[in-house]
Amino acid sequence: MNKAMNPQMRVIDVHGLARVEGEGSLRLQLEGDRVVKAQFGIFEPPRFYEAFLRGRAYAEVPDITARICGICPVAYQMSACHAIEMAFGITVGGQLRALRRLMYCGEWIESHVLHMFLLHLPDFLGYESAISMAADHRDTVVAALQLKKAGNEIVRVLGGREVHPINVRVGGFYRVPTRGELEGVAEMLQAARPFALQALKFLATLEYPDLEMDYDCVALRHSDEVALNEGHLTTSRGLDVPINQFFDYFEESHEPHSNALHGRLKGGGTYLVGPLARLNINWDLYPQYIKDLATEIGFAIPCRNQFKSLLARGFETLYALDHALELIRHYERPDVPAVEVRPRAGVGHGCTEAPRGILYHRYEIGTDGLVRSASIVPPTAQNQPQIEADLAAFAPKVMHLAQDEMTRRCEQLIRNYDPCISCATHFLRVTLERK
Amino acid sequence: MSAKPPPQTRPKLAVYKFSSCDGCQLQLLELEDELLELAGEIEIAYFLEARRQVLPGPYDVGLVEGSISTPAEEKLIRQARKDCKVLVAIGACATSGGIQALRNWADVGEFTACVYAHPEYISTLDVASPVAGYVYVDFELRGCPVNKHQLVEVLSALLIGRRPQIPTYSVCLECKREGTPCVMVSRKTPCLGPITQAGCGAICPKFHRGCYGCFGPMETPNITSLCGYFEEQFGMSKPEVVRLLRGFNGYLEPFKTASDDYEQSHESSNARH
Repeated sequence: MNKAMNPQMRVIDVHGLARVEGEGSLRLQLEGDRVVKAQFGIFEPPRFYEAFLRGRAYAEVPDITARICGICPVAYQMSACHAIEMAFGITVGGQLRALRRLMYCGEWIESHVLHMFLLHLPDFLGYESAISMAADHRDTVVAALQLKKAGNEIVRVLGGREVHPINVRVGGFYRVPTRGELEGVAEMLQAARPFALQALKFLATLEYPDLEMDYDCVALRHSDEVALNEGHLTTSRGLDVPINQFFDYFEESHEPHSNALHGRLKGGGTYLVGPLARLNINWDLYPQYIKDLATEIGFAIPCRNQFKSLLARGFETLYALDHALELIRHYERPDVPAVEVRPRAGVGHGCTEAPRGILYHRYEIGTDGLVRSASIVPPTAQNQPQIEADLAAFAPKVMHLAQDEMTRRCEQLIRNYDPCISCATHFLRVTLERK
Repeated sequence: MSAKPPPQTRPKLAVYKFSSCDGCQLQLLELEDELLELAGEIEIAYFLEARRQVLPGPYDVGLVEGSISTPAEEKLIRQARKDCKVLVAIGACATSGGIQALRNWADVGEFTACVYAHPEYISTLDVASPVAGYVYVDFELRGCPVNKHQLVEVLSALLIGRRPQIPTYSVCLECKREGTPCVMVSRKTPCLGPITQAGCGAICPKFHRGCYGCFGPMETPNITSLCGYFEEQFGMSKPEVVRLLRGFNGYLEPFKTASDDYEQSHESSNARH
């Protein structure tokens, strides 16, 4: 429609939504106060992992899939290992299993703290970036960086390096750390702990936009621990199924506006994965002092406001930090760094809790140990339809604002999801059309 | 604390992302101890992953992550070259095409159909290429991911106008310097260290596994000799050697030609039998 013909129509074009991992676009079309279209598109170029994994050796899969995402490589390595281990009929237990949990805690901490303080908090405090924010809140940014560093230290000591660790293999690790090496990590975690606590109290004082959604939360649930690597697929509407039935209940569709596949519940609608979904599903398994802290700062479960995913990440960071310390306290170096792996033909499924939500892998392996087929469903692809639903519900609430401010609020909403667009396939371009 | 130059005289940095995982630009944010100081010394003018504010070019230094794999990226990289006085390609994707360059040996149409229900929605080039395949690049920093300390070295060097000191010798030298026993000798584990450029700190051998080539070929690699050794000493098959060479820098010469030769010799020996 021609602008001159319709003075009510306004268009906002933001080339590149910032402070997300990757390239996506947002298109909001408004007619009067009605939302006609809310599309969150992903224009990250396709990289075809599922295609070129075919014919690669099973042992290469953790290293290759790690490269899907520089921010959560551990999640990819873990889901890949578990899937292949299931195909081979292997279980990894004892201290090797504990080390995997420890490594995952490291990734939760570094990824969550990066998002909370460097990417998301500037929205709440009205800065364009953490760099500008540091001019007024230097102590907070410095302390956050140290907390992030402590998480990264876990990954570095266990994995060799922070981005694309080299020490994860099917069956366990190439080398397991000594107690002494982990004690160094524990010291860093202890030093960063006061900030992890204090941060939650500070974050609770922020102003959270009012958007309650009736989310169908999906997360892994394990009967006696907060699920990281293993558990059942559980939803807030009562579904509880083993991970190998993933494709029986969830489906992916390909939409014209996106290079990522959209995840939906079969015969149902959108669903939510990630920190807030996890807390809603697994809160009873959290230690009492964390529940008490939640009460103290006025955070109640179930929580249906995704803006409060900022707090959810804070609770998960505190949990991961304390759990890491506990795992280190009980660590005894295993005799072998990995269980024996005997390749055989089969199909395996792996689903683990990546920082942004459940990450599902399925592989079919041949008798030669080579990958026959691969399917990977990353968390951001699953959240994509829910992001669009949130936008459609949120837009009318902020429509009265000036164009710039409205765009900023919509971007903030997208950042609630810490979208990792490299994972989901990346370029966030925001287009707002008003008629 | 040192006196900071006024903002208008600080050099401007741009950070671009093409087809990649974000891991190399993330290395800037992984500089937990140096990040704020760095942001004081240089004007981070364009870095979408870190900030919303975008300052107009020209930029003094542009860091480019990712390979060029779509028609839109081809246009963008040409513009980035125009906007940056010095353009640095960072990481395996930008310097070799990266892991997604595995498509360069395949039929991209078939790949698209394998992953997507509606291939017609997908716009992609037949090959994923390093940045230097399209525009002149002033410096290439290798690694999957790049080493953050090397990244600081490159930035510091360029900003004060000297040549970055990035070694091009092999990983073996790093192992020797660190006193890490050779995994091929002590563990009978195949290792690409002798033909791979240093830079990672030889972490794989330290963790008792063989190098898998994240930093690409060293300055004068003898690939045939090493791969012959893999076959004789460790009983590796030719397809296994091809896979090892076709990793995160597989499309970079001379890794590419070596893997092609191995593949052909495997096919012709199969044809003889």
